[in-house]
Amino acid sequence: MLTFILRRLLLAIPTLIIISFVIFLVVDLAPGSPASEIPLTVPPEVRAKILESMGVNQPLWTRYLLWLKQFFWVEPLYAIDALFGTDLAQGAQRIISYQTRGPVFDVIMQRIPQTLTVVGMAYLIGILIALPIGIYSAYRQYSWFDQLGTFVSMVGYSVPTFFTGVLFIVIFSVKLGWFPSIYDTTLKVTDWASFVKQVMQMTLPVAVLALFNAAEISRYTRSSMLENLGQDYVRTARAKGMGEGKVVMKHVLRNSMIPVVTIIALGMPSVFGGAIITENVFKVNGIGSALIGAIHGNDLPMVQTITFIFAVLIVLFNLIADILYGILDPRIRYD
Amino acid sequence: MNMRTALMGAAALVAMAPAAWAERGADGNVNVLYWQAPSILNPYLSSGTKDVEASSLILEGMAGFNEKGEVIPRLAESVPTVENGGISADLTTITWKLKPGLVWSDGSPVTSADAKFTYEYCTHPEGGCAQAARYEGIKSIDTPDAQTVVITFEAPKPNPYQAFVGGTSPILQAAQFANCLGAAASSCNDQNFKPIGTGPFMVTDFKVNDVVTLAANPNYRDPAKPAFATMTLKGGGDAAAAARAVMETGEFDYAWNTQINPEEQARLAAAGKGVFLNGFGTLVERIEMNMTDPSPSLPEGERSTTKHPHPILSDIKVREALSKAIDRNLLVEVGYGQAGRATCNLVPAPELYASDNTGCLTQDIEGAKALLEEAGWTDTDGDGIREKDGKKLSLLYQTSTNPVRQDFQALVKGWWNEIGVEVELKNIDASVFFGGDAGSPDTFQKFYADVEMYANNFDGTDPEPYLAQYLCDKIPGPDNQWQGENINRFCDPAYDELVKKMAATADMNERGALAKQMNDMLTKDSFVVVPLVDRGRLSAASTTLGGVVLNTWDTELWNAQDWFRMK
Repeated sequence: MLTFILRRLLLAIPTLIIISFVIFLVVDLAPGSPASEIPLTVPPEVRAKILESMGVNQPLWTRYLLWLKQFFWVEPLYAIDALFGTDLAQGAQRIISYQTRGPVFDVIMQRIPQTLTVVGMAYLIGILIALPIGIYSAYRQYSWFDQLGTFVSMVGYSVPTFFTGVLFIVIFSVKLGWFPSIYDTTLKVTDWASFVKQVMQMTLPVAVLALFNAAEISRYTRSSMLENLGQDYVRTARAKGMGEGKVVMKHVLRNSMIPVVTIIALGMPSVFGGAIITENVFKVNGIGSALIGAIHGNDLPMVQTITFIFAVLIVLFNLIADILYGILDPRIRYD
Repeated sequence: MNMRTALMGAAALVAMAPAAWAERGADGNVNVLYWQAPSILNPYLSSGTKDVEASSLILEGMAGFNEKGEVIPRLAESVPTVENGGISADLTTITWKLKPGLVWSDGSPVTSADAKFTYEYCTHPEGGCAQAARYEGIKSIDTPDAQTVVITFEAPKPNPYQAFVGGTSPILQAAQFANCLGAAASSCNDQNFKPIGTGPFMVTDFKVNDVVTLAANPNYRDPAKPAFATMTLKGGGDAAAAARAVMETGEFDYAWNTQINPEEQARLAAAGKGVFLNGFGTLVERIEMNMTDPSPSLPEGERSTTKHPHPILSDIKVREALSKAIDRNLLVEVGYGQAGRATCNLVPAPELYASDNTGCLTQDIEGAKALLEEAGWTDTDGDGIREKDGKKLSLLYQTSTNPVRQDFQALVKGWWNEIGVEVELKNIDASVFFGGDAGSPDTFQKFYADVEMYANNFDGTDPEPYLAQYLCDKIPGPDNQWQGENINRFCDPAYDELVKKMAATADMNERGALAKQMNDMLTKDSFVVVPLVDRGRLSAASTTLGGVVLNTWDTELWNAQDWFRMK
């Protein structure tokens, strides 16, 4: 197992370098320039100077190699410095955003908590809703519960979040006035009152995202359960006189979990990646909205760094999914 | 006087007290929404409106502009003029005097050295200062004493209210920014994100592209202001959601630039929780005519250059006909509602500079047709499109991608089709169109189309640099990396003369007359620029927020110190 993990990790290095280069090329070759953010009232000479000071005009290779060095060497040094109070980085140039003229990682560190609380919570709630629904729907296939579950998940899956988000705002914020429509990122949870406030402002975005996540996961759980419920070993287990609960929850569920776990693990990077649309609708201003803002502003360093972090997470969670197979299914061995 | 009147008098006094002796910080928190979130709080490193306006709560200049476009003192004791001796008679120096006893929010005194430092900061060759134009033409800045700043210009400067005036050129604290000169400017995070200023508020926390938390400046020069103890300036979302947050849910007190379609404006205004404020500045949506030939059959490097005049649009009659066919009032109704008004002027304001040109406001389809006939464009084959010498009257009309602009394109195309002009529409992503990339064929400067539409304005109240954009030597072309500002490739020696004359004229009335003359030369006399809509600002304020005055000449938050909560 250990050699398998090591081999996969080593293989990931060239993969990630190729990915980083492709991202860099795509972002760089895309039309558009940070100059479009500068108002027309700024004269051309001044405009040229601003772009020069950003380093936009350097050749592609120079910028790419500099970015590689900054991402893999300088930024980790700063991270170590911040953790242990050392001074390894010695003021080396960090990855600087065109828009804010500040380090990209500072923005990412500011944004991660919002994204993890809102999107992470939504994912967790989505899973907690989806699994029981999926299991029970499969166990009582074509019952009214199954029909209802199918309907809700179809709605959840097919209606886009920019629609449900605005719909929820119109119903619950504008008409009923129960929940705020704008997420307050400065709120600190210190006592019961602020905790309640936090829960209130998380309710709508979490509800929108949880509905969407639950829809997908519950469908996978249901179909996987159905497949296993008809298997011979289930009949054997029942014939041995096992209780229904044990048959379903122990034998069938464990076998059915394999595809579901893959889906859940592969969905994890999107938790860190944030939910671009939902974050924007509710102004949660997490990683997703940072990315979309950077794309709008042609902020190449920011787009490059954030997308690359997503790539790393996707590679990582693929590996985790593979390892989980081995744990769930004793027949799968990687040696 | 009996007891009762005495009591009534006392009661009246008590009732008036909050207004008369308002206390700093008495009104709690005010929530402001900028749907484009501020990225940085140093206007010298970003010219984006959102950044300049957010910084203006903290940083101030010697003077600013009020809602009428008049210069008002901020840090200066008074506004220097030729009459009060603050500006020398030959217009080469201006002397600013700081108010006595001014301190920064950290308690240290504001001195003339700070102003001088700010000048050095912005004019440093490696700093990439976004506001460098404000400091152009300055020979030296002297500080004879701690209160006095004397700016000497290289040549007579009829409009000296540029450096240190308005939200785009505030004074920085020298002590704080001392190590941020030149290339170091962008590594100074603490400075750029939390500048120390003299304004009514100071930053307590700044989450980049998200939210700025501010608190009343304890050392603000007026001890009774600001009325709000704290301000939250949140960003994110879009204009419609921002308008909703003030007008419908009431979560926010003020929302910036809530430019939404007219029906939505009416619907939200009816909710009664807030009001829309509108004001007009100098932003004009216009159609620009290309005076040179953009034909793709020309070799690269010659397309849209002065080598080849435009085969159709070089004829003034065609240009006039195209302008005549447009119903500008309908465009306003469809696109902007109360945030726009039809205009025929390139310089629609200030009053002193605005021409009385209204000839284009009524649509005249028949007149347009007659003009085209006169110019020799007739529909000989009956397909609805006019021809001349075997060439069809066909135009490529480009603009940036934006729902209002696409509506405008469709309407204008309809009218032009009606007079027998074939129109092909094209829209380009704004980041490309305005990106200025010399390698891209789709920038507005390259103008590889016959006509194009966008909006432009000028900074402050003086149109001189704006009108000077139409000089012959500012035509974009391959030799200057397509960076010129004379988008139409308009070139008239008489016009160049006027620009020179204006640069040397100090008398305000004469300057006004010159600006009007130049405006008319570009618009109603030549139809090179076809102005459509004077686009105003539309912002939303809660009905409980008092003291808000929309200002289009300076930042919208120019008088945040006077805002208060209505009880």
